[in-house]
Amino acid sequence: MLKIIKQIARTGICTEVAPVCNDALRVEAGRIQQQILDILGKALTIRHVDAGSCNGCELEIHALGNPYYNIEGLGIRFVASPRHADMLLVTGPVSRNMVEALRRTYEATPDPKVVVAIGDCGCSGGIFGESYASSGRVSNVIPVDVAVPGCPPTPTDILQGVLTAVTNRKS
Amino acid sequence: MLIPVSDLGLVRLNTELPVWHARVNSYSWTAAALAVAEKKGRLVSLWAAEDSGEDSSGLVVSAAYAVQEGLVWLALPVRANHPVYPGLSGIFPVASRMQRAAADLVGVFADGSQDNRPWLNHGAWPADYFPLQQKLSGQEVFTRSQTMDYAFVRVEGDGVHEVPVGPVHAGTIEPGHFRFSIVGEKVLRLEERLGYTHKGIEKRFTQLPPLEAHHLAGRVSGDSTVAYAWAYCMALESASGCSIPKRANWLRALMLERERVANHLGDLGALGNDAALSFGLAQFSRLKEDWLRLSKQVFGHRFMMDCVVPGGVASDVDSTVADRLCRQCDRIEREVLALRRVYDEHAGLQDRFITTGRVRPELATQLGLIGLAGRASGQAIDLRCNHPWMPYDTLDVKMATHRNGDVAARVTVRFEEVLESLRLVRAICTELPIGEFHTGMSLPENAAFGAGWVEGWRGEIFVALELYGIDHDNRIHRCHCHDPSWQNWPVLEHAIIGNIVPDFPLINKSFNLSYSGHDL
Repeated sequence: MLKIIKQIARTGICTEVAPVCNDALRVEAGRIQQQILDILGKALTIRHVDAGSCNGCELEIHALGNPYYNIEGLGIRFVASPRHADMLLVTGPVSRNMVEALRRTYEATPDPKVVVAIGDCGCSGGIFGESYASSGRVSNVIPVDVAVPGCPPTPTDILQGVLTAVTNRKS
Repeated sequence: MLIPVSDLGLVRLNTELPVWHARVNSYSWTAAALAVAEKKGRLVSLWAAEDSGEDSSGLVVSAAYAVQEGLVWLALPVRANHPVYPGLSGIFPVASRMQRAAADLVGVFADGSQDNRPWLNHGAWPADYFPLQQKLSGQEVFTRSQTMDYAFVRVEGDGVHEVPVGPVHAGTIEPGHFRFSIVGEKVLRLEERLGYTHKGIEKRFTQLPPLEAHHLAGRVSGDSTVAYAWAYCMALESASGCSIPKRANWLRALMLERERVANHLGDLGALGNDAALSFGLAQFSRLKEDWLRLSKQVFGHRFMMDCVVPGGVASDVDSTVADRLCRQCDRIEREVLALRRVYDEHAGLQDRFITTGRVRPELATQLGLIGLAGRASGQAIDLRCNHPWMPYDTLDVKMATHRNGDVAARVTVRFEEVLESLRLVRAICTELPIGEFHTGMSLPENAAFGAGWVEGWRGEIFVALELYGIDHDNRIHRCHCHDPSWQNWPVLEHAIIGNIVPDFPLINKSFNLSYSGHDL
């Protein structure tokens, strides 16, 4: 126990400042209503759905939990069920084998809900494109509010996308 | 003799690791399989393709075996009007799912196979649509009538019930379905159903120019991007008869070892977390972040995607940078050793790790467990030691093995491999040979094939590449990528037997297998 406490004390707090939101990432202007933001307030729960990614984006979503980005410190939490979620964070080109599961996850998420598509594949289908096995971008299957490009996008990019989705448009 | 079967006609390919190739008939196909099994060899991969040779209407089934001397790739031509070949699952149980995948993708069927359920085809395309046929564009889209029912094996008896999990899981992980049959908390049987992330990678390869397809190879499984890109480039360079500068090989190894350290650090943290020591996750994920940030500064990408390119690597490392890489290894090593003491002495953690998810060495051999999980179950298989290619031939890699085969053993092997890779990174940085880091390469005039075989952090990654000649615009005829997860997923079904359901996440994480690399 003493070793653990010593190590924690030695490490200190390494959390960095969160990025500011970026309106350029918005896909559907106006879908995110003030009303939604009022309901969500300062706490946000996210259900991540891998709809067919190469797992590169997953590595960066994991990284959001490390002490540098400390996403939980911002009041944002990943939850185990879409029924507990305010937001879906979707990665990958949507494989045809995942279309049904993604739709059902979307339907199981209570309104009001926001969807953030992560990565080049989620934004455009990426290198995999559309084919017999891939439905391409996430918005081909469910409505998307914010799309974050990158292969994979850095944790800061993803965090910026998440914050953009739950912050009112600057105008 | 590689395989004691007469008249196989094996030809040594121009590859860095020892690889032989032969076209065989169905008699020697089976005889060779039996002979390999007899000599304790392993089936590395099984795949199928349309024939690129004279008989372009025919099909070819291929098997890659690991024998003591190296890798043997046997190709068996099969008639298109009777697409049946002698199945291998009776000799190598691991062949079963690969045979089912080959049936779904190419329409070639294994004789004598007991399990003929579709594997990658979940009903999104018709049963008679075989996407890897060349006459098909791969762009066909079908209106899906309904989700296909899948005949899971039922366990019956007093108090037995099923728990279905997935494809969307509770954590940030890839999609797959697990069907548990349990009594109380105890697992009687687990059956996996994968294929959810099948996104047509092997068809996509045939649409890309060979000199650009390393981008796709680097996205077969994002956590192994360096290993896949290297295996692909190795296959392309062997098919083209191109040899890359010495320095390029060393830099590839530098990246491969950095990829191994990054993944092991992540897993060590996650394993602590899955056993309720969130301190471990916080500490190791901090170290991993430091590690990735330096990769970004040095190679331009946190995971070094697209840094291994045909002909070498994308950028060089100068001596100041090499020095920084070494110093980082010193710091990470100190921290890992401190954390290892915490893990070793934490009674609660060890209580969850020891004897959990056990795969005994005998079972591991029988089922063909490989890679990191295999080494934790007494399988002394590591290409860096078994067939050391440049630069591993001068680095004298120390293989980490354990015989207990439980979660604790897989944790121990990870700790030891992190420390060994840190040593390797330092050795590579100090002894980096002078010279070019890249060479221009040209594609072969005639049809050619090559193979790549690399020990990634999870296990051996194999790429078989067949190229058309200049008369077909140097296109890719077939690129087959094989992930070690094919071998290890079925063993996970055994590792969980007799354990309790709440230990599944821990056991699963201790294997940390790829869905994307498996589903393609």
